[in-house]
Amino acid sequence: MKTRFILAAAAFVAAAPALAQVSVDGAWLRETAPGARTGAGYGLVVNAGSAEDRLLGGSTPVAARLEVHSMTMDGGIMRMRPVTGGLAIPAGGRVALKPGGYHLMLIGLKQPLRRGTMVPVTLDFARAGLLKLSLRVESIDHGRESPHAGH
Amino acid sequence: MPAIDRGLRRLRLWLWAVVALVASALAAATLGLWPRGVDGGDDPAADYASTFGGPFSLVDPQGRRVTDATLKGKPFALFFGFTHCPDVCPTTLQSMARLRRKLGADGDRFNIVFVSVDPERDTPAEIGTYLSMFDTPIIGLTGTPAELARIVEAYHVYYQRVPIEGGDYVVDHTATVFLMDAQGRFFSTLAYEEGETARLAKLRRLVQR
Ligand SMILES: [Cu+2]
Repeated sequence: MKTRFILAAAAFVAAAPALAQVSVDGAWLRETAPGARTGAGYGLVVNAGSAEDRLLGGSTPVAARLEVHSMTMDGGIMRMRPVTGGLAIPAGGRVALKPGGYHLMLIGLKQPLRRGTMVPVTLDFARAGLLKLSLRVESIDHGRESPHAGH
Repeated sequence: MPAIDRGLRRLRLWLWAVVALVASALAAATLGLWPRGVDGGDDPAADYASTFGGPFSLVDPQGRRVTDATLKGKPFALFFGFTHCPDVCPTTLQSMARLRRKLGADGDRFNIVFVSVDPERDTPAEIGTYLSMFDTPIIGLTGTPAELARIVEAYHVYYQRVPIEGGDYVVDHTATVFLMDAQGRFFSTLAYEEGETARLAKLRRLVQR
């Protein structure tokens, strides 16, 4: 009886990802140079669920690895680091992956990212599980081309 | 309630007095400091600025030697980075390309120079391929660690190779753009956080002087 309950609970937990409500708005990848071996992706990660989730990383057929990185500017020095333990997305909250900040880091590109093409990307969340996306490759300064570009 | 009215009026007068005092103090401070800042006399910031730049010798994607002397005769905007940098490097170089376009006829009156501080991965040829992505000519340079050390020291630039998982590494580096005049003397900098309007104004002053 007890075993059956545990099994049922386990099955529920396994099914939970389908119920988790994580999405990414306006996601895109930056075009790269021919021969480039790294790329970056951005978007607004929205957690409509009632529990915190964590973006652990993911995968894409166009690169060997896909990691979540942070970028900070400190006294004019740029530092980029993998986010360890996943990027926390608070319950009912959102975290922006954007130029100059958090980004999806594509390491070991197998082909250059060409503007206008669509690239399949799967993101891995601790609770929500795998989220399959198709990201459009945009120009280098996508999102900065408006008259108010800059900061 | 006339008593409260009077109180408020007195408070308002006091506040105006404070504003006037602060304003005159600021004016005095500005008048006192300005002349020193202009002629660079004993302004420590001006002394420090004059130490940016100096002799260097690197190679371009065609394998040609490029030195500080090669660049003389035209102002230049100098940026340090690495081609595996997916964010700050391409956005900064693209911003320089866009600024050059905005300068119109003055756009070709300065050179854009990119120095790779990742000699382990960035060969001159690879730097050339990387720079072909930007729709404007950019002089891409690199050199031996010793040659790079020389220019890095001349511009007080910081860079550090940082290993990450999977045997890979990233490079922390100064993301400031150095604006140098036609004689290779320090003119100004463009900070990463700086808005495009301010950047454009500085570049305009650089090419029109
Ligand atoms: Cu990164």
